[in-house]
Amino acid sequence: MTIKLGIPSKGRLMESTFDWFDARGVYLSRTGSEREYSADIEGVEGIELVLMSASEVPRELAAGRIQLGITGTDLVREKLVNWPKQVDSLAEFGFGHADLIIAVPTCWIDVETLDDFDAVCAAFRKKHKFRLRIATKYHRLVREFLKDAGVADYQIVDSQGATEGTVKNQTAEAIADITSSGETLLANHLKALSDGFILQSQATLFGLHRESIDQVDLAYFDAFLRKIELV
Amino acid sequence: MEQDQKIYGLSQKLHRFFQDRGALSIEPDLLQPAELLLDLYGEDIRARAYLAADALRGEQMLRPDYTVPVVQIHMEGRANPARYTYSGKVFRKQEQDADRASEYIQVGYECFGDDDPAEADAEVFTAISAALSGVETEVKTGDMNVLMAAVSGLRASEYRKSALLRHIWRPRRFRTLLERYAGKLKKSPERQALLMADNPFDNAAPFVGIRNRDDIEDRLVRLRHDMAEPPISEAELDVLSAITKLSDTYEKALGTLQDLERDLPSISGAINRIERRLEALASRGIDTRSLTFEASYGRTSMEYYDGFVFGFYCATEVMETPVATGGRYDALTRHLGNGIDLPAVGGVIRPDLLVKAEGQGA
Repeated sequence: MTIKLGIPSKGRLMESTFDWFDARGVYLSRTGSEREYSADIEGVEGIELVLMSASEVPRELAAGRIQLGITGTDLVREKLVNWPKQVDSLAEFGFGHADLIIAVPTCWIDVETLDDFDAVCAAFRKKHKFRLRIATKYHRLVREFLKDAGVADYQIVDSQGATEGTVKNQTAEAIADITSSGETLLANHLKALSDGFILQSQATLFGLHRESIDQVDLAYFDAFLRKIELV
Repeated sequence: MEQDQKIYGLSQKLHRFFQDRGALSIEPDLLQPAELLLDLYGEDIRARAYLAADALRGEQMLRPDYTVPVVQIHMEGRANPARYTYSGKVFRKQEQDADRASEYIQVGYECFGDDDPAEADAEVFTAISAALSGVETEVKTGDMNVLMAAVSGLRASEYRKSALLRHIWRPRRFRTLLERYAGKLKKSPERQALLMADNPFDNAAPFVGIRNRDDIEDRLVRLRHDMAEPPISEAELDVLSAITKLSDTYEKALGTLQDLERDLPSISGAINRIERRLEALASRGIDTRSLTFEASYGRTSMEYYDGFVFGFYCATEVMETPVATGGRYDALTRHLGNGIDLPAVGGVIRPDLLVKAEGQGA
């Protein structure tokens, strides 16, 4: 048996992940042809790499098909109910920073805060006869945030990509999405609400609770965490 | 298994009990149109209800309670007044606490179309109370109408009052609004400048989306009006605060409310209704001296009740969830009936919690 570690399958997140492990004496590399999803790990025993999309890591961890995985805090919090009961946050990598925020059209000069946003939701519903739409893929996080803030008369519409474009395309009036530099917001004539900050996310190593790991694999699991100096 | 049979047996017994009191047994659909419930309760209900995709009929919801389907059955042409009872499962997702049941039986008793709300309130309360006889319970009661009447009587614009009433079930935003209307929150310099500007749309970003320039201008007019409106007075804030904190025996609570009435006469109708309800309860043999009144009861957990509210609690410490709840929901029926007034009051019992409480020796 081995411990399975889910890692991002491409892009800058993968590169940065490789660098982070390099610095700790664990060497990850892609193998096979450029398009083949396989990878190698050197410097530790009993760890097998699984390349996957960061958005699948929370689900695979929860199902126990992988024991360790690298993904964003935002995805774990959105996809795993009561996440600390299911996984541990083992190491924050210090890259892949992004904020989950609520944004509205910049032309809404009358809207700065959630208080304004809520008032607009009420007036919008009255006039347009439907609840103001917020496009997002973070359904749970947004709903919980707005519930705490006491915002009413909105609805969430699903958007899995190009979310900033939904307002212009008139399939939503506002959005909730991850932003790092704010440039995409700007380019799409959107601005963040001053108090509509839902959470800050970064690339993080998550692992199952020790008690959820098979007895035979526990030695590998502990040795790996020692190697990367987490215990 | 044994537990389930006990619960089922008890629910049948309670169902018959209400039928014997003259209620008609009804069996609403398990699947309800999601759109209607979402429009009524808001997006939050997605976190609490099970949704199912249906390409033909649109998104469906496993009934999270009986209220809406019962109202609809009544409106499909039954005569007023009417009494209904039902017994069946409702479904609630439990995202926070896995120990709470996600499906459980509710047995209900509902009254529609009565001319005398005090009598109907008392009738439902007495029916639930009688159904629970032999079980040791603590009772909480309240009346959402007191706070609503107080808000309606504030010296403030209709706009401010309706904004406050919209958030009456969300205490936190209600308080923020109140603070703003009382002039306690400072406007940002940007907001000040915007409201003073002759041409606020100079240098504005391109217009995108459905909310157009007219909508934005309407709100700017509204914000300027609001800036010119005098703040809600300290005296009125004190009255509202005293009402939200009020929790006492009926005798003392009524005394307090009568004192507050001098500062805010708009609550006199609500006080009157409480007194008439108390008389109706007493004439039905309820010991009203042992009842307590909490003006904020039902404010966070019972979003569609807008009058009399009550809950029965078993005395064991683990039972924070009421074994029975109920109240008046005239505003909900008005909404579902497109403005037609249909007085409605009802209550539900949870046999599973009763069986659990019995097991704990309550």
